[in-house]
Amino acid sequence: MSERLVEVEVLRYNPETDSEPHFQRYSVSCEEEWVVLDALNHVKETIDPTLSYRWSCHMAVCGSCGMMINGEPKLACKAFLRNYEGVIRVEPLAHFPIERDLVTVIDDFVSKLARVKPYLIPKEDKPLSAGEYRQTPAQLKKYKQYTLCINCMLCYSACPEYGLIPKYIGPAALSLAHRYNADSRDGGREERAQEVAATEGVWDCSFVGACSEVCPEHVDPASAIQQEKIANMVDWYKEHLMPGGAK
Amino acid sequence: MAKSNKPLVWGPFAAGGTITAFVTPVLIVLTLLAALGYVPEMLGYENLRGVLAHWFAKLSVSVIIFLSLWSVAHRLRITCYDLGVRADALVAAALYLAAVLGSVAAVVYLARI
Ligand code: SF4
Ligand code: FES
Repeated sequence: MSERLVEVEVLRYNPETDSEPHFQRYSVSCEEEWVVLDALNHVKETIDPTLSYRWSCHMAVCGSCGMMINGEPKLACKAFLRNYEGVIRVEPLAHFPIERDLVTVIDDFVSKLARVKPYLIPKEDKPLSAGEYRQTPAQLKKYKQYTLCINCMLCYSACPEYGLIPKYIGPAALSLAHRYNADSRDGGREERAQEVAATEGVWDCSFVGACSEVCPEHVDPASAIQQEKIANMVDWYKEHLMPGGAK
Repeated sequence: MAKSNKPLVWGPFAAGGTITAFVTPVLIVLTLLAALGYVPEMLGYENLRGVLAHWFAKLSVSVIIFLSLWSVAHRLRITCYDLGVRADALVAAALYLAAVLGSVAAVVYLARI
């Protein structure tokens, strides 16, 4: 296995001692097949135990290692060092406040997730004895892709609208709302519309598409948002233009 | 939270975007052909004028022009916002008005054929 000396420049911030963040450079002897997360782990284990960042699975499943790598939102466990030349700049996810070093404050995202009611709201309540809610493969296919989100928040970092309008509910939460809206067993679309059809819901999206480009799970949040826009537009015209449709 | 009224302006924007995606390339090809001197008989001036004499052709062309202009106006409105022009109500009013005026001009012109 060949080794390579890699220079990583990491944004450091300690709220107890620093008035503002600054970069710190480390030289790390890395194996050819390492990812950025391996380099950070190596720094933490051998050079600087105070370096803080989130990670858990090391296999693009838990969604906790999102960070800006050379200015792009990436999963550190999926960003191979061999794809980078020169100094690699590592920063916390853009658009989120920094808690410490590469750790961000994610409360805004978590509360938005909860607001869209990301759970099944059954169309008809039936007793257990009536059996399971059945679904055909075609019905499953309608929303399956939107179940793959790992809540890594890369899409929020990539989205210029979220950067401009912090109230915007944002790609992952809206995709999750769509995941349930598109589920044949679900009847909660009208309830979710309180958030989804609001200005801060799908209508703050201007279809930049950056979310879909950076999503490591190919969820394609932009497509979910556009489908929700069309559905909500149809609802709006029905409510306002059809006789007796006004609510 | 209250539902947004954005669908009112977004509906024609989406429709216009879809239409222009199909119509614009055709228009470009036809314009290029005309510039090179190839004007198929069917698309000659007299012929097109004849087609536009029919009320249904007038209606279709008016709708296409309105939706296309509206789509451009809405896109520009969002672009202005993204470029930092935050007087959204003013920008929106000016651009939508331009789209409506353009459409009215087209209708007036078509009506005279
Ligand atoms: S939609 Fe994709 S980028 Fe956004 S949080 Fe989910 S997995 Fe991450
Ligand atoms: S460590 Fe779990 S996604 Fe990277």
